[in-house]
Amino acid sequence: MIFDYNVIWENLPLYLGGVLVTLKLLLISLAFGLALAIPLGLMRVSKSALLNFPAWLYTYVIRGTPMLVQLFLIYYGLAQFDAVRESFLWPYFSSATFCACLAFGINTSAYSAEILAGSLKSTPHGEIEAAKAMGMSRAKLYRRILLPSALRRALPQYSNEVIMMLHTTSLASIVTLIDITGAARTVSSQHYLPFEAFITAGLFYLCLTFVLVRLFKHAERRWLAYLAPRKA
Amino acid sequence: MYKLEVQDLHKRYGSHEVLKGVSLAAKAGDVISIIGSSGSGKSTFLRCINLLEQPHGGKILLNGEELKLVANKEGALKAADPKQLQRLRSRLAMVFQHFNLWSHMSALENVMEAPVHVLGIAKAEAREKAEHYLNKVGVAHRKDAYPAHMSGGEQQRVAIARALAMEPEVMLFDEPTSALDPELVGEVLKVMQDLAQEGRTMVVVTHEMGFAREVSNQLVFLHKGVVEERGDPREVLVNPQSERLQQFLSGSLK
Repeated sequence: MIFDYNVIWENLPLYLGGVLVTLKLLLISLAFGLALAIPLGLMRVSKSALLNFPAWLYTYVIRGTPMLVQLFLIYYGLAQFDAVRESFLWPYFSSATFCACLAFGINTSAYSAEILAGSLKSTPHGEIEAAKAMGMSRAKLYRRILLPSALRRALPQYSNEVIMMLHTTSLASIVTLIDITGAARTVSSQHYLPFEAFITAGLFYLCLTFVLVRLFKHAERRWLAYLAPRKA
Repeated sequence: MYKLEVQDLHKRYGSHEVLKGVSLAAKAGDVISIIGSSGSGKSTFLRCINLLEQPHGGKILLNGEELKLVANKEGALKAADPKQLQRLRSRLAMVFQHFNLWSHMSALENVMEAPVHVLGIAKAEAREKAEHYLNKVGVAHRKDAYPAHMSGGEQQRVAIARALAMEPEVMLFDEPTSALDPELVGEVLKVMQDLAQEGRTMVVVTHEMGFAREVSNQLVFLHKGVVEERGDPREVLVNPQSERLQQFLSGSLK
């Protein structure tokens, strides 16, 4: 078998454009997801059923259904309703980019919320008592002790979530977006070279994953130094 | 006037009564040691004073100001006014058996945290104060270390500095040396002895009979949730009246 480098070389701009689309989808959905995950995670550790239950239901439903089904529901499903098509939101919901970011953001928010909730629950009880004994209010306890500590300890698990999300963005190619996978699909169908097309896509994902892993290693070294073994 | 007054404190877990009316009064400069076997309720009593545990009856007064309490559905008392509780807690610094330092902060950050974010002191001033107290307890050289990277004795001394930085009216010590290796106990007791000599008001739950005898000026012996005996430690420890205390001391006095 001969690997057709020329086709890949000619289509490199298409792939690079795809990298930008992938990164855009990833960053927007992560930002949106994290912004949602912090309140949701706090709700998930609340003793009040009124706060806890809605967050539990949300993460259960989102984590209990496939990403692709959620994406189809938002992109194709909502368009079925006249009310949506006639509303001021239609310009948004008719955009594949918007729908993909929304679906991915909702999805990652549910997973991240559970990661954060787990991390919050594993905060050493003594540290909470010490904060109370010093006279901290509940709000301060969360802002100064619980969240900073839990967010740090969530880093290793969250880095997994981010890498999963990078790969999940490939679903965007199904709703017409030309991300890395979308570029590969285009090349594959135009030149009938699926192996070359998709192995190239795979390589791009590998490179991006490598960068993400490095970034998180760096972040952990900075923010999780207190859990690392003592340096000499 | 008393700095700290606790009157007739009751506490139960379910139907099991662990404190059956315990009282205590500390004047400025008093160092009160609370001793007793495990299960006697001594730690629970201390933790009720700043409401880390909810008592079921009794009064708590700091500098004559009574902590306002209301009963919840189960009959346990909680603070009627969270703001008042926070204010009183900030003047009743506590040192824990397991140090309970905030693990994601360095020693210096641990000591600065509450003065800045509870008392509202400016950062520069809090840093100066923190360095002063870390120096005082002899761990200034470890100020940038994280708790997990320090020995137990160092951690407990940082925890004492953290309590001191609040410049509290009364310091509560909950078995501060019980989690330490024997050779580290001395360094912590030495710091506590210095604090006592400075005239700080302290309530100390302890198993260290030497400390109770030499440093404190009041001794409270708790047994099964009641004060079995109290008085001047030198008299009480040398010449215990109750059979319970005699038994307790025969097992533990060094």
